[in-house]
Amino acid sequence: MARIVGSIMTSHVPAIGAAIARGVQAQPYWQAFFAGFPPVHEWLARVRPEVAVVFYNDHGLNFFLDKMPTFAVGAAAEYRNADEGWGLPVSAPFRGDPELSWHLIESVVGEDFDLTTCQEMLVDHAFTVPMKLLWPQGPCPVRTVPIAINTVQHPLPSAARCQALGAAVGRAIESFPQDTRVVILGTGGLSHQLDGERAGHINKEFDLLCLDKLGTDPGFLTRYSNRELVALAGTQGVEILMWIAARAALLHEPRELHRSYHIPISNTAAGLLLLENAAARA
Amino acid sequence: MSSTTPAIPGTPIFGGREARRGYALNRMCFSFNEAANREAFRRDEAGYCAKFGLDAAQRAAVRRRDVLAMIEAGGNIYYLAKLAGIFALNVQDIGAQQTGMSLEAFKQKLLDAGR
Repeated sequence: MARIVGSIMTSHVPAIGAAIARGVQAQPYWQAFFAGFPPVHEWLARVRPEVAVVFYNDHGLNFFLDKMPTFAVGAAAEYRNADEGWGLPVSAPFRGDPELSWHLIESVVGEDFDLTTCQEMLVDHAFTVPMKLLWPQGPCPVRTVPIAINTVQHPLPSAARCQALGAAVGRAIESFPQDTRVVILGTGGLSHQLDGERAGHINKEFDLLCLDKLGTDPGFLTRYSNRELVALAGTQGVEILMWIAARAALLHEPRELHRSYHIPISNTAAGLLLLENAAARA
Repeated sequence: MSSTTPAIPGTPIFGGREARRGYALNRMCFSFNEAANREAFRRDEAGYCAKFGLDAAQRAAVRRRDVLAMIEAGGNIYYLAKLAGIFALNVQDIGAQQTGMSLEAFKQKLLDAGR
């Protein structure tokens, strides 16, 4: 049976991708942010996941307002990145895992989630930047299953619903009959706001509360409405929904192995959290 | 967000009303994923806006590079970022513009948030 080794949550700001492309990770502005990642690299080298299931939000590369799915799951053999319009280099395609995708779709729809399934799906910076952060050297070593959660157009799914989705995805993976090691990614956040007179809003206190609660008391975050999350964390800080889903996929008392938090990257408070599933320690 | 929900100051919520109001503007911005379309906009800005059916308020906001006015006219920041890219404005430039701060002051505000 497949095993979930843990979840990694990280910011996905495009500027990070630009910094990687320019090779400026050691510059003063970037050093503290990139310094957060070696412990995660060491953990990945130790647990060697074969598949990454990635909760992320599309920012207008694959989906437009003509059709806006609340939850969309990739079911392709390959996922391509493409020009997003503002100059980030296009990354190499990522391998899919259609068998796991369809198993996951069967299982999660079987639990009454109404998913959109995508046999063609462009993945944007919210997918590609974290992959490059986690596996900076060489070609990406894992197969992938992207799961996009709508954060473009309200109403967005609630924190409670994203938590329920994450748990259903966790159960789906654990019932996959192949002997496969799976890591869960949740990308986005933490607090930031790009639009309006409150642009530049950052809430360190709330971010640190989220980091504290995700590991030990994830239900705490589901008490917030999305409007409350926007008020606290900013219009784009609502991407914490991806972290909530990625945390919920861990069904066996995860423990926190690493975190880092840095203000600012571009307009964003950047967070990184590594939770190891009990299954990885078995 | 329902129209009865109290506003969060300075914080646009892009819901159904905005999605309807801004459809033409956002559809134009979505087209800027393609380099050829960015080039077509650069060559003939007014013609490109007309082709996508932008209304007077949307065309004026684009002409003035006024991000708050684009949002007021239904623009969504993720799509608008692609238009801003054509004007060589990044999210910090448009953050400064929307808050009425200099770019330096806006960047300092972000650094100060970490203290």
